[in-house]
Amino acid sequence: MTDTDLGIAPPESQLRAVWAQFRKHKGAMIGLIILVLLVIFSIFGPMVWNPEKLSVAEALKLKNKPPALAYPMGTDQLGRDVMQRMMYAGRVSLAVGFVAMVIAIVLGTTIGIIAGYFKRLDGWLMRLTDLFLALPLIPLLLVMVMLFRDRMAGVLGPEGGAFVLIVFAIGVTSWMHAARIVRGEVLALKEREYVLASRAIGATSRRVILRHILPNVISPVMVAATLGVAEAIITESVLSFLGLGFPPDFPTWGRILFEGLEYITLYPERVIFPGLAISLTVLSVNLIGDGLRDALDPRIRGR
Amino acid sequence: MLTFALRRLLVAIPTLLLISLVIFLLVDLAPGSPASEIPLTVPPEVRAKILEALGVNEPIHVRYVLWLKQFFWIEPLNGIDAIFGTSYAEGEQRIISYQSRSPVFGIIGERLPQTLTVIGTAYLVGVLIALPIGIYSAYRQYSLFDQAGTIFAMIGFSVPTFFTGTLFIIIFAVWLGWFPTKYDTTLEVTDWQSFLQQLRQMAMPVMVLGLANAAAISRYMRSSMLENLGQDYVRTARAKGLSERTVVLKHVLRNSLIPVVTVIALGIPSIFGGAIITENLFGVNGIGAMLIQAIRGNDLPMVQTLAFIFAILIVLFNLIADILYGLLDPRIRYD
Repeated sequence: MTDTDLGIAPPESQLRAVWAQFRKHKGAMIGLIILVLLVIFSIFGPMVWNPEKLSVAEALKLKNKPPALAYPMGTDQLGRDVMQRMMYAGRVSLAVGFVAMVIAIVLGTTIGIIAGYFKRLDGWLMRLTDLFLALPLIPLLLVMVMLFRDRMAGVLGPEGGAFVLIVFAIGVTSWMHAARIVRGEVLALKEREYVLASRAIGATSRRVILRHILPNVISPVMVAATLGVAEAIITESVLSFLGLGFPPDFPTWGRILFEGLEYITLYPERVIFPGLAISLTVLSVNLIGDGLRDALDPRIRGR
Repeated sequence: MLTFALRRLLVAIPTLLLISLVIFLLVDLAPGSPASEIPLTVPPEVRAKILEALGVNEPIHVRYVLWLKQFFWIEPLNGIDAIFGTSYAEGEQRIISYQSRSPVFGIIGERLPQTLTVIGTAYLVGVLIALPIGIYSAYRQYSLFDQAGTIFAMIGFSVPTFFTGTLFIIIFAVWLGWFPTKYDTTLEVTDWQSFLQQLRQMAMPVMVLGLANAAAISRYMRSSMLENLGQDYVRTARAKGLSERTVVLKHVLRNSLIPVVTVIALGIPSIFGGAIITENLFGVNGIGAMLIQAIRGNDLPMVQTLAFIFAILIVLFNLIADILYGLLDPRIRYD
């Protein structure tokens, strides 16, 4: 028997505590499972599900087939297997969501920390944030994509150009909420004693920010990031839905839905599958965000 | 209060000017020039004259100031002329659409009623659905109704309007055949029959937008009610022997509505963004459909003007929300 055993459970690591709290949130767990399944479907799907390439004549014979065993989601007006297109589309849609979120969060956190920490820049940066919040985003995004698509396509090729343009456009127009949240947190954090102590022993601003401020704003940033993924996926599919997203023949869920609209009266399933995929992704990401918010809040955790 | 409102108004002016500059530059620096729209068969000297008439040869700052002058001075004057039959703006150059060669504001005037009827009704319906749901789910927190409301709101947040719209079309138009798939803008309401037809064609776009708005507003209403239900004044009111009805619907509701009213005001500009999708889906011939058409047709003046109008709406309703908040809540004083 050791004498350190005082009947108190050993302190849990923070990550484990967060996970334990997260697992209690039923909705968040359902969301996580759905999201993982969707990611598996998109990333590993094409490796397993790989229907043989058909000649044009064969494809024409197979066009507009309803869902069946050979084609679980049917075939489209060109005889392409819808399920395979959904898988490839999922890769693009999810990639757009994550990359745009990363851009938005990096921008937002940087601006938020600078605005909160350096008083002189605060006024200007928050003006900038207000300015961005007042921009009509969907119209501007549409204009940006429409006007710069050809130029970007010339530099990076039609697919790469569209991807970079859309991800960049969504990223630079959705950092404002993260910036505001982070600024608020930093304003409160920098008055804390440990920051004062750190400054008193001569730490540079850079060190204080990286060592003491940044780790403490991680949790609100993570929640903002999850919700940001959902928003970016919706925005991308809105652009594709209006026919101004990725070029045709480069499937995203929004694009497949847009193409299916033409045949909505005859083949409604062609709209329902991509729509369901988008909705499920966004729903699961939102649920995970909800669960994370609870799990990362130490006041709720452990109750 | 008045000084606060005036100060906010003064701050809004440079914001709007900056936004106008951003919109102008973004659209103007883009590759699609109006010169590429003129057929190649047009002789060079005529082409030069057309470009001069379009005003694209001027340096960029001249064009920007001219556009501002047209937007803030000549167009309002034209509006006054149209209403009072005066002729202040005669001979002044208006903002002309590249596509139709007619004044942009004239076209907006034609399209606006469609948007306002459909989108306005949708927002109203959304608010009317959201408030009772929010109130009742807060009053019976964690009840079955509250949980159903939470799920409804979560779905409303997550399912994009273009998908609810297509689902509605499949269910109500294709399978059940209750409503027409496309909105007929030429329909004029003259008698009971045409009024019913108008109602039927409005039903789907209104429900789609209304449900999307209701989801968010009902959540705000619920949390605001929950916050107030735990306050001391509620206990006092109950202790006085007031009926439950009076306590909830008078004391609590009036206090809870304060933040919700500002949320509703803040949401008004964003419904115009939502209108872009719904109008395109259902074929409503309004502002949103016009914007898409202008973007496809490289109609720069139209796109600039519309985007700037959206920005003005956002700034304006932010201002209104701030002032409303101060007016409704006596605890908040801006000094």
